[in-house]
Amino acid sequence: MEFLIDAFKNAFFLIVSLDKELLEIITLSLKVSLTALFFASLFGIPFGAFLGLKNFLGKTVILILLNTGMGLPPVVVGLFLYMLFSRSGPLGFLQLLYTPTAMIIAQFILAFPIVTALTQSAIVKVDPIIKLTARTLGATPFQVALTVIKEARYGIVAGVIAGLGRVMAEVGAILIVGGNIAGYTRVITTTIALETDKGNFELALALGIILLIISFIINISFYIIQKRGIPPNIAWL
Amino acid sequence: MALELLVSNIWKIYDNKPVLKDLSFVFNKKKVYAIMGPNGSGKTTLLKICALLEKPDRGEILYLDSQKRPLKKDINLFRKITYVFPQVGIFNASVFDNVAYGLNIRGFKKKEIISKVEDVLDFVGLSHKKRQNALTLSSGEAKRMGIARAIVIDPEIIFLDEPTAFVDAENVKIIEKILLQLKDKGQSTIIIATHDASFAEKVGDVILRLEEGRFLL
Ligand SMILES: Nc1ncnc2c1ncn2[C@@H]1O[C@H](COP(=O)(O)OP(=O)(O)O)[C@@H](O)[C@H]1O
Ligand SMILES: [Mg+2]
Repeated sequence: MEFLIDAFKNAFFLIVSLDKELLEIITLSLKVSLTALFFASLFGIPFGAFLGLKNFLGKTVILILLNTGMGLPPVVVGLFLYMLFSRSGPLGFLQLLYTPTAMIIAQFILAFPIVTALTQSAIVKVDPIIKLTARTLGATPFQVALTVIKEARYGIVAGVIAGLGRVMAEVGAILIVGGNIAGYTRVITTTIALETDKGNFELALALGIILLIISFIINISFYIIQKRGIPPNIAWL
Repeated sequence: MALELLVSNIWKIYDNKPVLKDLSFVFNKKKVYAIMGPNGSGKTTLLKICALLEKPDRGEILYLDSQKRPLKKDINLFRKITYVFPQVGIFNASVFDNVAYGLNIRGFKKKEIISKVEDVLDFVGLSHKKRQNALTLSSGEAKRMGIARAIVIDPEIIFLDEPTAFVDAENVKIIEKILLQLKDKGQSTIIIATHDASFAEKVGDVILRLEEGRFLL
């Protein structure tokens, strides 16, 4: 019992004293995850919008693949990238293994299906009357598409936040491709895994608390955005 | 420049049942045309075909310019006509932004947009609602907003599908007043589909009865 209390005390001390190692780890975590999320959104939102707006042969297959991708086990992504990036792998010459770039790529792969699929679903939920109204007010096909995307904005942002939630909490993929190198590729989740293993609970606990706070903030934002995204009912229809 | 709408020998068939049967007409005056008929008589179908939102199974829709030359059915023509749906079609945005939509996509300058939108909101009596989310308007207000959003872009032809549906008596009166004022301005051809006889008689210059897929004149 005393051991637990001591661990918490020391963890809090680390947080309040803004411990340098702690800050470094948190900063790298945010950098990796937010960069991955940025690229996942950059490609995922337009692709999801395209899937939501256009019908074409093979679209169902893509949607099924994306939905599978949403539940992709991070360790499998890590394994797959490890094989690609390892010295004897086809992309070994890029020397990306155990770098933050490899971690960003791993998290990109995890976030992309979520952002894309949730964007697509937000777009198809937009009432068809919006598209028609835009057209009858003189919008070009491109302007019509932008209008529908804008109408789906809360759902899309909710998708981006869901993507962030997934990558921030993930450990399997980045542990494999990042290697948890101190001062270089150590992030919140990988440090927790390693330090717990070593019996060094203070740092692990401090990071755990930070991760919980971040996850709490992510979930509150998700909730608020989702709620705002439900348009007020048109009472007379 | 006047735009003329030529409806020639239109057929529309749903489930082997003709809704429009060889219907022809010319809309060529800056007047109010009221198309009357009971529910299911094909008013909406006709209006959508005229507004190029749907294609007829047979026959042709032609838009002619003042030299009677047929216009290409491209964005330039689309931007001269507009359609107000019975349920309006409301963007999840303020009343102001809803009404400004057509001007924004046409690349109008901000200052011009503000002055045009404020004028038109004043015209339909919604100035005090301009900051409100348009989804929260009452039905009568929403209908007026739909009309404001249509006229702010100075269209040659406005199609109004059931402008008094869902609306209480008081708002019907307001909408009638708005349409009569619009008619006096004489800037647009207004084509209304309605099942409301007293409304049609109040605002219509030309009343067209749609029956058995054709106009009874
Ligand atoms: N997309 C459609 N598919 C099948 N039937 C339709 C479709 N649109 C309209 N109809 C039918 O055409 C007839 C005319 O409909 P509509 O033009 O909406 O009439 P109105 O506007 O006068 O009430 C109705 O019987 C309706 O059921
Ligand atoms: Mg109708």
